Amino acid sequence: MKRRDFVAAGTIAVMMAFGAAPAQAADPVKVGFVFVGPVGDFGWTYQHNQGRLAIEETFGDRVETTFIESVSGADAERVIEQLARTGHDLIFTTSFGYMEPTIRVAERFPDVKFEHATGFRRADNVATYNARFHEGRYILGQIAAEMSETGVIGYIGAFPIPEVTAGMNAYVLGAQSVNPDIELRVVYVNAWFDPARETDAARALMDQGADVIAQHVDSPAAMQTAADRGVYGFGQASDMIDFAPDTLLTSIVNNWTDYYLTRVQAVLDGTWEPSDTWGGLAADMIRMAPYTNMPADVAERAAATEEAIRSGELNPFTCPIFAQDGSEVPCEGDGVLSDEQVLGMNFFVRGIADRLPN
Amino acid sequence: MTTFEAILFTVVMASTPLLIAAIGELVAERAGVLNLGVEGMMAMGAVSAFVGAFLFQSTWIGIGFGMLAGGLMAALFAVAVLGFAANQVGAGLALTILGLGLSGVIGAPFVGERLPTTPRLEIPYLSDLPILGSALFSQDIFVYLSLLLVAGVAWFLMGTRAGLRLRSVGENHGSAHSLGLPVLKVRFMAVVFGGLCAGLAGAYLSLVYTRFWAPNMTAGRGWIAVALVVFAAWRPGWALVGAYIFGTATVLQLHAQAAQFGLPSQFLSAVPYLATIIALVILSARRGSSGVGAPGSLGQPFVPDR
Repeated sequence: MKRRDFVAAGTIAVMMAFGAAPAQAADPVKVGFVFVGPVGDFGWTYQHNQGRLAIEETFGDRVETTFIESVSGADAERVIEQLARTGHDLIFTTSFGYMEPTIRVAERFPDVKFEHATGFRRADNVATYNARFHEGRYILGQIAAEMSETGVIGYIGAFPIPEVTAGMNAYVLGAQSVNPDIELRVVYVNAWFDPARETDAARALMDQGADVIAQHVDSPAAMQTAADRGVYGFGQASDMIDFAPDTLLTSIVNNWTDYYLTRVQAVLDGTWEPSDTWGGLAADMIRMAPYTNMPADVAERAAATEEAIRSGELNPFTCPIFAQDGSEVPCEGDGVLSDEQVLGMNFFVRGIADRLPN
Repeated sequence: MTTFEAILFTVVMASTPLLIAAIGELVAERAGVLNLGVEGMMAMGAVSAFVGAFLFQSTWIGIGFGMLAGGLMAALFAVAVLGFAANQVGAGLALTILGLGLSGVIGAPFVGERLPTTPRLEIPYLSDLPILGSALFSQDIFVYLSLLLVAGVAWFLMGTRAGLRLRSVGENHGSAHSLGLPVLKVRFMAVVFGGLCAGLAGAYLSLVYTRFWAPNMTAGRGWIAVALVVFAAWRPGWALVGAYIFGTATVLQLHAQAAQFGLPSQFLSAVPYLATIIALVILSARRGSSGVGAPGSLGQPFVPDR
C-alpha cells in the first residue's frame, strides 16, 4: 500500500511539474496502466509491463506512461479514478477483477479511453482485449504426448473456471492427436499464486506417474520442482526457461506489446474505437518460446502445428468435439466451436476423467 | 521410492513450516501474548533468508538472516504491546500487514533469482529403514530442527522451573508480578522466541520449498499456525499432531484430485481445515474437565504499576 501511494504521489508531483511548465508543441498523450501484481513477477504483469516499456521507446516524448502495480480488486476503482482525474487519455486495466471498476469509472469520465484485459463488458469509451491462450496449449499437448514415456501427463490448474477448462481441453485434444489413449491427471490448487502449494501439486502428479507437467498457475515453482526430478514441463505467461534449463520444453509467452502500440497509435491518430480484440498466434498476441530439450523431429512437428494454427488451417476446437460423457458438443461456429462456446467452456472433452463441479 | 513413501516424504515437508511457526506462537501465547503477526514475520523471514542465502551463497547464513528478521519483527511488536501496552490484536494485524508489504519492497530486486538445492542430511542406517526411513531420515535440516524444537519446548514448558514461570506469567500476570516474577521480561523473550520460529518457518519456504522468492509466498500459512495453537489447546505435542494432520490432508487432497476420485476440487481444498478441526476437537473433548484452556491472561496488556 505504501509503495503504491508513493508511486501515485510521484505521479501527481510529475503532473504538477508538467502543468506548471509552459506547453510546448502538442501535449503528450498520457497512458496509464493498472497492474494486479508486481512488474517483477516474471509472469502475467511482467509481460504487460514489457508492452508499456515498448510504448515509451516507440513514441518517445509524444507519450507519457504511468503504472500502478499490485492493485487489489478492492482498491481498483480508486486507483483507476485517480489516473482518469490526473489527465490520462488512455488507461489499460489488466486484470479480470477490474472489469466493474473500469466500467464505473468510464461512466464518470466519458472523454477518457479505457481498455480492459480479459473481460467482456464494453462501453463507448471501454474496449476489451484478450489472447487465445488455448491455441498454444494445443501445441503443448501435442509435445507432451510425444515426450511422455508413461502415457500419463499432469496438469496444474488454478480454478475450475472456463478459461482454465478451455486451456485444459485444448491441451488434451492436442495430446490425443498424437496418442488417443493419453491419460491426463488434473490437480487444482485453488489459487492463482501459491508457490508452495504449486510445488506440492507438481510432486503429487509426479508421484502418480505423470512425466510431463503443464500448468495454468502463475509462479514457476512447479517447473522448478519438476526439473529437480528431471521431469519435463511447460512455462506459463513468460519464458520460464531459467527455472528449468534442462527440462522446460517451451512456454506460452503473452505478447501485449503490438496491441498496445496499435492502440496508442490509434489515440494519436484520433481513430480509437471501443473494439473487442481476441488474438492468438496469428495476431502475435501469444508466442511460443523456443522448443528446447526435445528431439529435432518433435520440435519440427510442434513448429508445423504452430504454423498451421497461425495460418488458420488448424483450429484446436475443430468439430466434432465430444464431451466427457461421449455426447457430441453442438457446433455453433463454422465447423469449429464458436468464440462464445470457448469463452464460456464448462465441459471436459472425452478422455479427461476428472469431473467439473456443478 | 514407492508412491506411499513419496507421499510420506511430501507430507513431512508440507507440515514442517506450519509446525515451526505454530510452536513459536504457542510459547508466546503461553506467556500471555497473542501475536497475530505470524504471517508478517514469516514473510519477512522468507525474504530475508532468501536475500542472505543468495548474497552469501550459504543456506546457514540464510537461516540466520531469516530468524533474525522474524526476531526483529517480534521485538518491534513487543515494544508496542509490552512497552506501550498497545492492543495485541490490533498490533498483531498491523505487524502482518507491515511484514507482507515490507517483504515485497526488500525482495523486489531478488524476484526471479534462484538458489542451489539445500543439501539433504541423510542419517546413516536410519534412512534405510523400510517405509518411514526415507520420509523421516533423509530430509533437510529444518525437519530435524522442527522435531527437536517440539521436544525442547515441551520439556521446557512442563519440566523446568523457567517454563513454570513462563506459564504462570501467562495464566495470571497479577499474581506472577506479586510473586516477584519479571512479567514483561518473560513475555518479551517469549514473543521474540515466537518471532525467531516464524522467521525460521519463512526461511523454510524460500530456501527449501520453492528456492525462489515471490511476494506473498507465505499464502496464509502464518494464519494456519495461529489457528493450530488454539486447536492444539496450547500443548506442544498436539501442535505437532495438528500440523501433521493438516500437512497430510493437504498432500492427500492433491493426490485424491490426481487420482480422479471425482470429488469437487473446492471441497478437497477444504479437507485439510476440516480434518484438522475435527481431529483436534475430538482430542480436546477426550481431555474432559481436567485439561487446559487458554492461558488466563492471554491477550491482556500488563501495566506493572497499576
